[in-house]
Amino acid sequence: MLKINDLHVNYGGIAAVKGISIHVPEKSIVTLIGANGAGKSTTLRAIAGLVKAASGEIIFQGENILGKDTIDIVAKGITLVPEGRRVFANLTVLENLKIGAYLRNDNIEEDIYKVYDLFPRLKEREWQLAGTLSGGEQQMLAVGRALMAKPKLIMMDEPSLGLAPLVVNNIFEIIQEINKQGTTILLIEQNANKALKIADYGYVLETGNLSFEGKGLELLQNEKIIDAYLGTSKN
Amino acid sequence: MTIELFMQQLANGISIGSLYALLAIGYTMVYGILRLINFAHGDIFMMAAYFMVFSIINFKLPWYIGAVIVIVASVGLGLLLERTAYRPLRDAPRMSIMISAIGASFFLENLATYLFTGVPKGFPDIKVLTKPVSIGNISLSVSTIITPFVTIILLYVVLFITNKTKIGMAMRAVSKDFETARLMGININKVIATTFIIGSSLAAIGAILWGSKYPSVMPLMGVMPGLKCFIAAVLGGIGNTTGAVLGGFILGMAEIMLVTFLQPLTGYRDAIAFVILIIVLLVKPTGLLGEKVTDKV
Ligand SMILES: Nc1ncnc2c1ncn2[C@@H]1O[C@H](COP(=O)(O)OP(=O)(O)OP(=O)(O)O)[C@@H](O)[C@H]1O
Ligand SMILES: [Mg+2]
Repeated sequence: MLKINDLHVNYGGIAAVKGISIHVPEKSIVTLIGANGAGKSTTLRAIAGLVKAASGEIIFQGENILGKDTIDIVAKGITLVPEGRRVFANLTVLENLKIGAYLRNDNIEEDIYKVYDLFPRLKEREWQLAGTLSGGEQQMLAVGRALMAKPKLIMMDEPSLGLAPLVVNNIFEIIQEINKQGTTILLIEQNANKALKIADYGYVLETGNLSFEGKGLELLQNEKIIDAYLGTSKN
Repeated sequence: MTIELFMQQLANGISIGSLYALLAIGYTMVYGILRLINFAHGDIFMMAAYFMVFSIINFKLPWYIGAVIVIVASVGLGLLLERTAYRPLRDAPRMSIMISAIGASFFLENLATYLFTGVPKGFPDIKVLTKPVSIGNISLSVSTIITPFVTIILLYVVLFITNKTKIGMAMRAVSKDFETARLMGININKVIATTFIIGSSLAAIGAILWGSKYPSVMPLMGVMPGLKCFIAAVLGGIGNTTGAVLGGFILGMAEIMLVTFLQPLTGYRDAIAFVILIIVLLVKPTGLLGEKVTDKV
């Protein structure tokens, strides 16, 4: 569904992504892990057209979308749940969901209920300003908002960041649930252990280059990855 | 002081306050979305007054057709301003955009002086607006009476657009976070252009009502009202539409009451706005209805 070939992204003169190739098959969960500053967010932002890539190809459903405007990319069915939630604090929960469907002209009522089914908490807080939600609730809203676009591919940038362990588990369950309903997922995580457990395939990014790739469970067994990203204990 | 004189001045205060309010809405909306003080807003107001002079005096159009043309032309000018002075600097530091705004303002003022000379032109006498109406012992012009109603109606229209429509929701989203708004598929440029359309049309309507009250049109006529209305917007809480209207009313009222009750200080009429600005900045920098000013992420 999404194929990235030899992608380079620079900020000013500094290379942040130095020629990576990633494949995200339809209906899969693919994860991209790596240390702080490895270039994970930059990769997702380049796919979404928020930063201009220097060179390479980003093929989505057979079409090169590199260099296209974010609006066109969203319209083609890619959404990004950005790093740090970025819900619209001055809009209500319901309005945040509605704005997720900004490009749609069909009836969105049913999809709002679907999001409420996934996150009953949001239903209770429908009329509350998003800025007054807790961190976890905001993350749920950010995911729900992305779903409202009815995307084919959802990219999530560290959805579990700063959440309590119980909520993290809940978010990971939801990610699997969304995937089961047919949406392809490209997931960035600091929580490499959990991400690799649910992922079909994983890539490890190291200062702008891919250092490892493989099936999620294989990477989980890899000694070097265990040392570098999973800590010494495999919990 | 007779009760009649007081009532007369009260009506004047409300009326001039509503005019300030109309202009202040434009300042506050553009600030809300771009964090930019659109210094050229007062000059759009000035240009609108000239457009009215030409439509009615030179082209002899009926006033209502003239009014429509003035609104359309002012909106066009506002869009052109946004397109040429602000959009190219979208990702530039805020100070650069501010300087561009000041430059645009000087440009329009000098362009007007060059094209129309500095000699004041008389604003057309629109009879339906200037006709005096007597209520008891006081006599007011139609424009003085209808201005507050026009302002309140337009305030409701603006609030309806921002709170109840899809483009309004997009405006509020863009005012918080450009990048995430783009991720929703929102065309930032269109949304920003919409705020300029609204602001410029209100400035145009304000100019028509203003001209009926103070019928002298000159290139620098937008400077003082522009500054005052910006102050009104700060007083009400910049970024807040209702606040801008409230600030406009208070400012207009304060001016007229100064002139009425402290006649020796009449010469300081224009200074009162700046006194209010200083007090607001010292006591409540966020203004009456403003929220905490947070910088955009
Ligand atoms: N706007 C920017 N301007 C300049 N350099 C940037 C910019 N954004 C990111 N970088 C740099 O690019 C590199 C990759 O950043 P990126 O945000 O992609 O890392 P990341 O893998 O997402 O890290 P984290 O896990 O901390 O979120 C970093 O060295 C960062 O400093
Ligand atoms: Mg990141």
